Amino acid sequence: MIGHLSHLKRLEAESIHIMREVAAEFSRPVMLYSIGKDSSVMLRLAQKAFYPAKPPFPLLHIDTTYKFREMTDFRDRICAELGFKLIVHKPREAKEQGVNPFRFGTQKCCALLKTKSLLDALAEGAFEAAIGGARRDEEKSRAKERVYSFRDVHGQWDPKNQRPEPWNLFNGRVDKGESIRVFPLSNWTELDIWEYIALEKIPVVPLYFAQEREMLVRGEHLIPFFADVPLLPGERPQPVLSRYRSLGCRFCTGAVRSTATTVPEIVQELKDVRWSERQNRIIDLDQEGSMELKKREGYF
Amino acid sequence: METELLRFTTAGSVDDGKSTLIGRLLHDSNAVYEDQLDSVRKVSRDGIDLALLTDGLRAEREQGITIDVAYRYFSTPRRKFIIADTPGHEEYTRNMATGASTADLALVLLDARKGVLTQTRRHACIAWLLGIRHIVFVINKMDAVGYSQEVFDNICGDLGSLSRRLEGCTFHYIPVSALAGDNVVRSSSNMPWFRGCNLLEYLETVQIEDTASIPDFRLPVQYVIRNGGDFRAYAGQIAAGSVREGDEVMILPSRQITRVRTICALDENLKLAHAPMSVALCLDGQFDVSRGCMLASPLRPPEVADHVRATLIWMGEEPLRLRHPYLVKHTSQRVCAQVSQIDSVLDVDMLAEHPAASLRMNEIGTVQLETHLPLFFDAYKKSRGTGSFVLIDPITNRTVAAGMLSGVAQTIPSAIDKPLQSGVTVWFTGLSSAGKSTISQSVYERLWAMGYKVEHLDGDVVRRHLSKDLGFTQEDRNENVRRIGFVADLLAKNGVVVLVSMISPYRAIRDELRSKIESFIEVYVNAPLAVCEQRDVKGLYSKARAGLLPRFTGVSDPYEPPLHSEIECRTDRETLAESVAKVIEYLEAHFQAPSHPGILGREQAADVAAVAAGEMER
Ligand SMILES: Nc1nc2c(ncn2[C@@H]2O[C@H](COP(=O)(O)OP(=O)(O)O)[C@@H](O)[C@H]2O)c(=O)[nH]1
Repeated sequence: MIGHLSHLKRLEAESIHIMREVAAEFSRPVMLYSIGKDSSVMLRLAQKAFYPAKPPFPLLHIDTTYKFREMTDFRDRICAELGFKLIVHKPREAKEQGVNPFRFGTQKCCALLKTKSLLDALAEGAFEAAIGGARRDEEKSRAKERVYSFRDVHGQWDPKNQRPEPWNLFNGRVDKGESIRVFPLSNWTELDIWEYIALEKIPVVPLYFAQEREMLVRGEHLIPFFADVPLLPGERPQPVLSRYRSLGCRFCTGAVRSTATTVPEIVQELKDVRWSERQNRIIDLDQEGSMELKKREGYF
Repeated sequence: METELLRFTTAGSVDDGKSTLIGRLLHDSNAVYEDQLDSVRKVSRDGIDLALLTDGLRAEREQGITIDVAYRYFSTPRRKFIIADTPGHEEYTRNMATGASTADLALVLLDARKGVLTQTRRHACIAWLLGIRHIVFVINKMDAVGYSQEVFDNICGDLGSLSRRLEGCTFHYIPVSALAGDNVVRSSSNMPWFRGCNLLEYLETVQIEDTASIPDFRLPVQYVIRNGGDFRAYAGQIAAGSVREGDEVMILPSRQITRVRTICALDENLKLAHAPMSVALCLDGQFDVSRGCMLASPLRPPEVADHVRATLIWMGEEPLRLRHPYLVKHTSQRVCAQVSQIDSVLDVDMLAEHPAASLRMNEIGTVQLETHLPLFFDAYKKSRGTGSFVLIDPITNRTVAAGMLSGVAQTIPSAIDKPLQSGVTVWFTGLSSAGKSTISQSVYERLWAMGYKVEHLDGDVVRRHLSKDLGFTQEDRNENVRRIGFVADLLAKNGVVVLVSMISPYRAIRDELRSKIESFIEVYVNAPLAVCEQRDVKGLYSKARAGLLPRFTGVSDPYEPPLHSEIECRTDRETLAESVAKVIEYLEAHFQAPSHPGILGREQAADVAAVAAGEMER
């Protein structure tokens, strides 16, 4: 046997295979770009998959307008550097109605700003296949998700109507209006992501690194302080040495206490950490199985 | 330090303790986070019920949702593990097959109190069929039998006869208690008589040589990377063997031989690549290589055949139908196919084969398969990557079977003719790269699946033989169109739906055809020049812009769009599926469909099966 591949290189090969398969079999694919660590790994994989050409699909960012400034700055800089085509979709209607998590609750806010915007953007672009960065280890209900997740004409996920996926043979046939969500990072874990970022020296948003940040400390939760976050009576922000483990909208993303200021330190921290990455997403806490519900409505 | 990857699958009958065992593995190797433990603690009766850690599945089973496989991940400093956990209920064959298809090793669980069950045999047999060559029998619930060595030894003895029938496989036996944690991650003092290593130690150290992978180079071409000018890199995941810069490779199906100029990679200077890397190769010289082709070792090329023998694991709700149109997806190739004969169905419980007229969900059978284009393959036993395929129902789009190729079949003439229909010529016109070939190829598959007799004449292909003598002057272009029109008309008169895809830029000659040909449908495949130029599928626009291709339509020669096309496909705005649907809907509305083989074919299919079955009995 010639050659031996490390687990990261095997994951890389599998993900590239999936991306090329999508590019070859769909007339209008798109890649969801959410600026986070998983998206950063996807960009690198897409770069490798089609090198020396650019990926034959655009990136799509659903900008709820509640993203951190650091995120949108990073997005614009990276896309310009790589020369990838970027589509930014902002929810018009919902923003006009003043949707935010304080008035509407996180469930509804998310449904309107993220899920609906995503479906609108996919419909506008008539995209048949959307590549996303979800991983199976993120959440219980994702463990059984296919690499090709079939969606009906409403963009909804029907758990009873998914296709078996033996080997690496994916069935991407869709009829008019139907679509497929594709998850090339299915088999990656959070640790794999960071080890790969370290190995490949992939740039990521600085919010992932520890720094003193103004936080509202609510029990276990560290909630980033901004002028538009309503305070509890007597509450005051305080500086906390912290970083973000996953990034979403700034109202719904909690920070974690951490001293990790470099990628190797993050890798080490993850090897010791006893809390899952989702613990700090305020959104999942609302309701048991809330991810499952959102997926049925058309979320990733 | 570099960690290795080990993929394994787990199988066991309901209540043998599979969820508990996986929970134990994850928990004791610290792969479970506190918040996850908390949520399990809340619902556990006393202490922590480890089975609940992985039990997304149980609730879903109750809701009638089918899950084929749930994947779990954990790692130790030495290895990263991917567990394909397959639920043990009725649909286990299809689920297990899916889980086993990518696994290097299988854990087969037994309850020490119950010993070897029919299911045990089934699970081991399916794992083996799918090419797994390491099976670990995990004898669980040893605590419930007083950690008795005798019970363990008896079970191992009973498994002996099974093991001997599964050729080429290595077996390992470990007594554990998933509940108490004995011999899972920690070796047990309760079973001092057991000298072997515990389960995790075994998983960390077992040597997995890629048994199902030959050393001969195989690269199914998945995607062609173009980057302006003549640049072409043929991208794909190496299915078997390895390749170095300068190596000779054979291109299939053309059987041309050339050399690898470079292995093209970002930030890396690769001189050697091997399975299962995803790579892109540049070749010496210019060849016609596209998705579905294969680059292979010229000394030991794969089999090439359009009539093959295969084992099918039926996954569809509708049973297998003989002579029914299916699609085969094999490596990067997608071809139309039909099952011409069922040789036998496998009784996995008894490890015996019987004749059969059909295959139902969860049944495994050996069949003969006819494909419209030849497959380039190796027997699955030698190479998983080039020996596996799936069958897709082209009407419902569902994946109905997983298949494993075993060899070339002897050709027998097709027994059943396709039914009568009225013919028609469907003429796809439009700029280069507008999408003519793609749409017509898809329409072809759909029509074929619906039972039509259908033929495809592609402008590029025709120019290589029928019109080899012609150039690109206006006269020559018109002559080319006339010739193709003539052939199309002949075919249509014989009841064939003829799909023609060619630029055919001049309106006058297309209108001439319309007046001569009986049923003529013009499909305007329309995308703005700028879009086509950006796509530049064949790299022709860049050549034309560089002045290398005189009289190139859209650049240096006019394209006259149709004024009254029956159908227009705006490929810059609509999806492929939408464009295809337009054409199909039009045809269905205006032309007599063939009597569907599904209705007509049923009796005949039964006849064929009866004959097949009879043959076998004799
Ligand atoms: N005594 C004993 N009971 C066990 C052991 N492992 C699992 N069980 C019990 O067997 C039952 C079924 O276990 P579970 O893991 O849900 O089985 P599954 O259906 O195979 O996933 C549960 O009541 C477990 O507590 C074991 O090692 N010893």
